[in-house]
Amino acid sequence: MKHTRQFPAPDPSRPRRSTSAMIASFVAEGQKTRLAPFGHALVALARERPAIVGMTADLSKYTDLYVFAQAFPERFYQMGMAEQLLMGAAAGMAREGFIPFATTYAVFASRRAYDFICMAIAEESLPVKIVCALPGLTTGYGPSHQATDDLAIMRAMPNLTVIDPCDALEIEQAVSVIADHPGPVYMRLLRGQVPLVLDDYNYRFQLGKAAMLREGREVLFISSGLMTMRALEAAKALEADAIGCAVLHVATLKPLDEAAILAAAAKPGRLVVVAENHSVIGGLGEAVAAALMRAGLHPAFRQIALPDAFLDAGALPTLHDRYGISTEAICSQIKGWL
Amino acid sequence: MTPTPHGDNRQLEQRAHAIRRNALMMGKVQGQGYIAQALDIADVLAVSYFHAMNWRADDPQWEGRDRFFLSIGHYAIALYAALIEAGILTPAHIETYGGDDSHLPMSGMAAYTPGMEITGGSLGQGLSVAVGACLGLKRKGSKSRVFNLLSDGELGEGSTWEAAMSAAHWQLDNLVAIVDNNNQQADGASRQMLSSEPLHEKWQAFGWFTQRVNGNDLAELVAAFDAARAHPEPVPRVIICDTKMGRGVSFLEARERNHFMRVDADEWDKALADLDEGARR
Ligand SMILES: Cc1ncc(C[n+]2csc(CCOP(=O)(O)OP(=O)(O)O)c2C)c(N)n1
Ligand SMILES: [Mg+2]
Repeated sequence: MKHTRQFPAPDPSRPRRSTSAMIASFVAEGQKTRLAPFGHALVALARERPAIVGMTADLSKYTDLYVFAQAFPERFYQMGMAEQLLMGAAAGMAREGFIPFATTYAVFASRRAYDFICMAIAEESLPVKIVCALPGLTTGYGPSHQATDDLAIMRAMPNLTVIDPCDALEIEQAVSVIADHPGPVYMRLLRGQVPLVLDDYNYRFQLGKAAMLREGREVLFISSGLMTMRALEAAKALEADAIGCAVLHVATLKPLDEAAILAAAAKPGRLVVVAENHSVIGGLGEAVAAALMRAGLHPAFRQIALPDAFLDAGALPTLHDRYGISTEAICSQIKGWL
Repeated sequence: MTPTPHGDNRQLEQRAHAIRRNALMMGKVQGQGYIAQALDIADVLAVSYFHAMNWRADDPQWEGRDRFFLSIGHYAIALYAALIEAGILTPAHIETYGGDDSHLPMSGMAAYTPGMEITGGSLGQGLSVAVGACLGLKRKGSKSRVFNLLSDGELGEGSTWEAAMSAAHWQLDNLVAIVDNNNQQADGASRQMLSSEPLHEKWQAFGWFTQRVNGNDLAELVAAFDAARAHPEPVPRVIICDTKMGRGVSFLEARERNHFMRVDADEWDKALADLDEGARR
């Protein structure tokens, strides 16, 4: 193929930022974090639940499943780099009474292994817990690793529960909840040093339940995943401009807590802004819009989401600014809309 | 470019050395990366670009070129290093490796870089694309060949074996697959995760003209690429290359094997010096 991309000459006055591939971090300076919350929560749960096994496709290190592998080497299955095999084998394990936590990157579960998840796992409603790192735009590595479409893909699958947790606390809480859930689950994973945010909000994860984290009169953010973290930061920053922002955190995308969304959106006079770390197509934004339409609610409505495009490679902070999902970018969009 | 005469690998040694140097300088720009792979595959790239393949530095899209398909996007640092040595990219690109708005993204993508034929990164797709390109070249009556560099990790993907079976079915004698058998993947040693051995027998059973060589021995590589060209049967060709990660930099060779190697800031210049030192011996 002929290369088509053209770039401006490097600007020496700008600091050089690096792509840092898979270990790119979106942790803000000074933010509280916890290391590998998924891995540690799974180990704690697995001590009481012998049916739990861990499976991966050459990505235990990069999905924090290595913590489980070290604690329970006998219950850990390294399947090699073969995502279709991973999902098929997880279905087989589940058929024999086990609860497999199967990990890979979100792109490879949702794209490469989709048919296996669909037919081998979801159609029979087997209790496979698919836990996937690098959701949305959390690496600057380029479209091969940027799962900007995973929620659209996974939401479309019958029987599948879809979760986009916000921080370390929620990931820890979600592990035991999804293990108890009888059917298949797709959970987006933040890994490594994961920000801790929701501990300040007296939060408890409940499957299928949205949570109002703060109230505000001008704007209602409806958000999931790390965009809830960003919405909370934006809400704080916008206080300075006397813009009051409510934040409704929707960790479970499917089944969607329509009652909570409608109740919040029915309050008159607020701009409804759905913020998600996902393409504008098929994610939380369109799910919320459809729910509002069905209920006959027509608030002013905006989406903060990634464009319907293959995104650039580069440093993650650069890309979050470029595509409008950094806190600063959110604030300036809100001000432009009000 | 003109192929190197047989029996004299001095020039190829210099090419491989330059490729390793370029890669280390890019590694230094980012401070980390897939440097051990670049060092292990430099000899294969030297023989591919400076012995086996036809291409034009001033016209990377020349219709008569042999195609080099890199499905392992993370090996881009290695291919950039070779493309710089080939004059398709320039040394000025080195500074931009992995940065914002760079022609050298960390993972290889066709739209970004002259000489990068396909977009890699989602591993296990390259050989299927190569099958189609070989069918297309034959359909056009072209004599060009397709070289596809695969990793041993990619042998875990079922799609690789679908393509392997298809290439033999279609008698694609214009396809050369090169497997970097470095016994390394993201989580550890390939053979301890999903062993693809016995490799020689496997490819042979799939109908390929199969050779297995020391991928860090230029003479063996030259002989294997020559045999792949000369082999008379209408079958695809595979060269399985056993390689050593970090090859050419003694302290990186000795370092615990690592997919994404951390190298301290002060070590890059040491690595360059060590490489040059080794080349003088
Ligand atoms: C389909 C797919 N699954 C998983 C990954 C994540 N990944 C990137 S490199 C890699 C290791 C693959 O093995 P190999 O290429 O042999 O690794 P290396 O020799 O470079 O260490 C993995 C699992 C990927 N890029 N594509
Ligand atoms: Mg390898």
